[in-house]
Amino acid sequence: MAAPTGIKSPTRARIAARTLRTDRWWLYPTFTALVLLAFVVYATYRAFVGEHYFAEPYLTPFYSPCVTTECVEGSSHLGTWVGDWWALSPAVLILIIPLSLRLTCYYYRKAYYRSFWMSPPACAVGEPHRRYTGEARFPLILQNIHRYALYLALAYNVLLTYDAVMAFKSPEGEWGHMGLGTLILVVNAVLLGLYSLSCHSCRHIIGGRLRNFSKHPVRYRAWGMVSLLNGRHAQLAWVSLVWVAFTDFYIWMVASGTWSDPRFF
Amino acid sequence: MGYDLKMKVWRGDATGGDLVDYTVPVEEGEVVLDALHRIQATQSGDLAVRWNCKAGKCGSCSTEINGKPRLACMTRLSTFEPGETVTVTPLRTFPVVRDLVTDVSYNYRVAETVPAFAPEPRPADGQYRMQQVDVERGQEFRKCIECFLCQNVCHVIRDHEENKPAFSGPRFFLRYAELEMHPLDTNDRRALAREQAGIGLCNITKCCTEVCPEGIHITDNAIIPMKERVVDRSFDPVTWLGRKIFRRDQLPEAQVPQGRAE
Repeated sequence: MAAPTGIKSPTRARIAARTLRTDRWWLYPTFTALVLLAFVVYATYRAFVGEHYFAEPYLTPFYSPCVTTECVEGSSHLGTWVGDWWALSPAVLILIIPLSLRLTCYYYRKAYYRSFWMSPPACAVGEPHRRYTGEARFPLILQNIHRYALYLALAYNVLLTYDAVMAFKSPEGEWGHMGLGTLILVVNAVLLGLYSLSCHSCRHIIGGRLRNFSKHPVRYRAWGMVSLLNGRHAQLAWVSLVWVAFTDFYIWMVASGTWSDPRFF
Repeated sequence: MGYDLKMKVWRGDATGGDLVDYTVPVEEGEVVLDALHRIQATQSGDLAVRWNCKAGKCGSCSTEINGKPRLACMTRLSTFEPGETVTVTPLRTFPVVRDLVTDVSYNYRVAETVPAFAPEPRPADGQYRMQQVDVERGQEFRKCIECFLCQNVCHVIRDHEENKPAFSGPRFFLRYAELEMHPLDTNDRRALAREQAGIGLCNITKCCTEVCPEGIHITDNAIIPMKERVVDRSFDPVTWLGRKIFRRDQLPEAQVPQGRAE
C-alpha cells in the first residue's frame, strides 16, 4: 500500500477529518456543476438539432457564421464555402471556437477543476486524488493555447457584432428595423465581446507582458482599462454564458413559431 | 459583555494528538488569539502557539480556524455565531512541532532558490530612476507578510507531499512576478519558473487569493501573469520566432543561486 500523503503525511498534525470547515463550502462547486451541466446539455442538443436557428433577420449565435450548404436560406452571411462535405450540424464547426476559449479560460479552469474534478472541491478541503501533476503534463499542458483561442474568439466576436447590426434590417431587407430580438442580439454581442476583452491573456498581451509601463504609455492605459474589465471576468463569464443560451432560446422560439418577435419600429 | 466560548484546540506533536475541549471566558471585541492566550494563562500553561505582533503584520499566528487558514490575531470572535464552537488546529501542510506550532522551514528553503534582484549597471550619475507607474506595480506584492497561509492552502502541496521538491508555491510565484516586472531587473526567470518552481502544477483554483490576509490578488496579478510569461517563453511559436529573429534567445537566463538549490 502506498505511503499516506498530503494531510495524512506522517509528520503533519494527525487529524482524521478531510476538512474541519463548518460553512457551506460545497455550495459553489455544486451550483457551478449544475449550471455548467445544464448549459452543456442545452448547447449540445441545440448544436445537433440543426433546425430553428434562423428567423429573418435573426441568426442564433450557436450557428453563426453558418457556412455549410446545409444552412437554411438567408442564414449564410459569409457564404457556404465549407460545402457539403461536413456531415454534422453547421453549429458544431463553429462552436469549437467559443468552446476552446471557455475550456482554457483561467476563470472556468477554477470553476471546473473545483466542481467536476474536485481538485480541490473547495479551499482547505482534501481532494480525492492520489496523484497530481496539474497543468505541467499532457493533456492539461494544452491549457497554454488559451491566447490562440482568444485570437479566434475575437474574430468570432466581430461576426456576432455583424449579426447584431444585421438585426437592424427588417425581414424584407430594409434598414431601420428593431425588434426585441435585435436588442437581445446586441446585448449578446456586447457581453461576449466584454468577456473576451476581460480575459487574462488579453490583459497580458495588451500590456501585462511589459517590464516597463512608463516607456509604453498607450499600452499602459489600455492595460489599465482591460484590468478593470478583468476584475469582472468571472461575472462576465457567467452572464455571457447564460445570455448566449437565452439568445439562442429566444430565436429558437421565434423560428419555430412558438412566439412572435415584438417589433419596436 | 463577556461570555463563555467553547473551543476545540488541537494538542499534540508528530507522534499523535487530538482536539481538546476548552471553555474559556472571553470579552466583546476579542480575537481568537486572545482566547488562546487565556487558555495558556488559566488552563493549559504548556499550550504551544506562535505569535508576535498581534496586529496582522508579522505573519506568525497562522492557524486553521474552523478549517479555514487564518491569522488568529485577525479573526474576531464576533464573526462566529453565538454558541458556536471554535476549532483551532495547526497548519495542515507543514510538519507539526507541537500543538499549534508547525515547521515552516520548507518555505525558507524555497526562498533561497529564487534568483535575487539583479539590477542593470548604475547610470553615469550613480542614481537609479524609476517612474511612479513602475513603482506602483510591485507595491502590491511587497505587502506580503509571509504568513504562508497561501502556501498552506495550496492543494498542490497540501494534498500531495511528494510535490514539495518540485513546487515553490504561491508566495514564491509572487516573488518571481515581482522581480520579472521590475524595470531595473535584468534576470529572465521564466524558464526557472517553469522548470524549477513548477508553475505548471498550479491549476488556478484561487485558494491562495481567498486566504491572503493582505488581500493581495496573488492569482490574477502574479500567478497568471507569470504563467503567461512562461507561455511567451516556452509555448508561443510567434514569440519564439521573435526571439530567434531579434537574437533574444542568446541573452543570459537566471540561474539558481549557487549552493542553494536542493
